[in-house]
Amino acid sequence: MAQVSFDGVTKRFGDTTAVDDLTLSIPDGELLVLLGSSGCGKTTALRLVAGLEEISAGTVSIGERVVNEVDPKDRDVAMVFQSYALYPHLTVAKNIEFPLRQRGVDKEERTTKVKRAAETLGLGDLLGRKPGQLSGGQRQRVALARAIVREPLVFLMDEPLSNLDAALRVQTRADIVELQNRLKTTTLYVTHDQVEAMTMGHRIAVMSEGKLQQVAAPEALYAKPTNVFVAHFLGSPGMNLVEGMLVESASADASGGGGRGTLSVAFAGASVPLPAEVADSVRGSGPDVVLGLRPEALHLSPDGVIGASVIIVELLGAETHVICHTETGARIIVRQGAGAPKPRIGEPVRIAVEPDPEAYHLFDSSSGNRLGGP
Amino acid sequence: MTATTVPAGPAPPPAPERGGGRGLRTRLRKEAALAYVLLLPALVLFGAFSFYPFLRNFKLMLYETPPVPGLPSRYVGLHQIIPTITSTQFTQSLVTTIIFVILVVPISLLLGLALAVAAHRKLKGMAVYRVIFSSTVVSSVAVASVVFGTLLNPVVGLLPWLGINPTPPALENTTWALPSVALITIWQFLGLSFIIMSAGLQSVPDELLEAARIDGAGSWTRFWRMTVPLLSPTIFFAVVVSTIYAFQAFGAVDILIGNQNAVRLHTNVLIYNILNTLQIESNPGAAAIMATVLFLIILGLTLLQLRFLERRVSYAR
Ligand SMILES: Nc1ncnc2c1ncn2[C@@H]1O[C@H](COP(=O)(O)OP(=O)(O)OP(=O)(O)O)[C@@H](O)[C@H]1O
Ligand SMILES: [Mg+2]
Repeated sequence: MAQVSFDGVTKRFGDTTAVDDLTLSIPDGELLVLLGSSGCGKTTALRLVAGLEEISAGTVSIGERVVNEVDPKDRDVAMVFQSYALYPHLTVAKNIEFPLRQRGVDKEERTTKVKRAAETLGLGDLLGRKPGQLSGGQRQRVALARAIVREPLVFLMDEPLSNLDAALRVQTRADIVELQNRLKTTTLYVTHDQVEAMTMGHRIAVMSEGKLQQVAAPEALYAKPTNVFVAHFLGSPGMNLVEGMLVESASADASGGGGRGTLSVAFAGASVPLPAEVADSVRGSGPDVVLGLRPEALHLSPDGVIGASVIIVELLGAETHVICHTETGARIIVRQGAGAPKPRIGEPVRIAVEPDPEAYHLFDSSSGNRLGGP
Repeated sequence: MTATTVPAGPAPPPAPERGGGRGLRTRLRKEAALAYVLLLPALVLFGAFSFYPFLRNFKLMLYETPPVPGLPSRYVGLHQIIPTITSTQFTQSLVTTIIFVILVVPISLLLGLALAVAAHRKLKGMAVYRVIFSSTVVSSVAVASVVFGTLLNPVVGLLPWLGINPTPPALENTTWALPSVALITIWQFLGLSFIIMSAGLQSVPDELLEAARIDGAGSWTRFWRMTVPLLSPTIFFAVVVSTIYAFQAFGAVDILIGNQNAVRLHTNVLIYNILNTLQIESNPGAAAIMATVLFLIILGLTLLQLRFLERRVSYAR
């Protein structure tokens, strides 16, 4: 067991910087999910830990050891490839046995370990088959078995579920979490699927264009995204982001201490007053800001603060997404429960925001970073 | 190479039409006519240079040409077959050819594989090497023979310069003549072998080798336990194809050894023997019989190849 750390790690391929100054530490036994859209450098980061790519700058360590110059076979990591990379000419048993054989484990021990790994993943009946005779789900389990069989320091998994159908994916997801919980092996799990990330990760590291955006536990990541990228990337649909201006209006109730007025975010057709806590934490920044509101924190109401017109109504069974445009054409998605009245397309509506201070996210409009503390 | 196994399934017959049936039929007939017209040149060439000689060969086998020029050949049926294929000239020629094949095929394939593996690495400038390695495919036997003839020359060649100087000289030596001819052929085959092996290597997924690397396999193990097994269909294909070619090689013998010395120097390979039997000895009957034996050998190899390719384990991921 060991922790894995990236320290200022950069990887360039010619002109492209696939991983840009990544500093990240995965404590012993953690399952960390690397999440990001296609091409953001997730696989590259994983391959740097495996030793399949040379590091352009910085250091990668496993445990206490800097492994930059260590050959893949001496790093004691196991990797599950997106394509599984099973050895097609070897049987399932020989596939699982291969890493043990390469490490000179004696015959008897190999047999017991292969048997145990195969049983763990329900492959007992398939040991004599070749990978070509297996279904996608079975191949995936063989790949996992091959990874766990030699009890490595670290698991590296590159979108291992992406080739599975929806039902199998949900099941295997749970299997992997359960397995990792039991083995307590430090795991780096790459995915572009945020549902996978939210359900599996102890922590999630969000990447974009080679840069680490935020690392946090799933709840924290969702509740306090550190910038507009993370805010928009997480959630389905993602957070609504509207450009506006912080405006201080004269205090209505003079009883308030210090005679402060109400701070609002104003944009065409709307002025969204901020709850006092939020206002206090962002007062003085701006004036140009981005207001972030999650679709589920919004509802349609005649006394709503944002004027908009309905563009599309998407029925998704248990919920409805009402997609609206503000006067300036900014898109706002409102998530409604099944019972809520369904607006007509083109109908002018008013959108209300929940009074909960947690519902309001403010970002600096030039840097995109979160305002008002972490 | 996998493309060779794709069967051209017959197109489903056109659905019968009610109204436009006749129009459709005329159009199909026109299309068929056009197809035959376009095929005609190829058919004529094949007919004249492949099918006709092939059939004619069977007829020639039945006639014996008297050793005295001018006399007409005489029908002997199957009677000259046994004497011809048991003659020492033929059996020696067959043995020579088999030794030649054994010298040429494994070495050219191993070298081709080694070069292909070396050129498979993604290094800058590798394209240049690939071109160089495959270039022997486009050089002619004649040019290669002349160049090698010079290199092996006892006076101006490379061998004496290297301090290797057998007496009599390599190309006049009963021990070294056949290996020398084989050497030229190996060089000639190298390009093809390189190309086939390179194509095979492309189909071995990098991820498999990477997985093996993480699993603890060194480069030697990766080569023998991953690359070679995955390449086995390619290797088999290359063995059969180059064996077929090697059975038919004779250019280097003709240019470097010549018909005066071919038998004495144990370089009288099958095709060359057939050629000399026909042209020097003017014995078309015996030549035809030997040609048929060669045909059967090559047919056997081809069938082996087809059978194997059909049954081949699919390594689909
Ligand atoms: N071997 C390579 N040579 C050149 N560029 C590469 C190489 N490998 C990756 N890249 C580039 O590096 C960037 C990151 O690639 P990477 O494979 O890490 O993305 P990813 O996040 O895993 O994407 P995906 O979700 O699509 O798998 C991409 O722009 C890619 O084109
Ligand atoms: Mg990837």
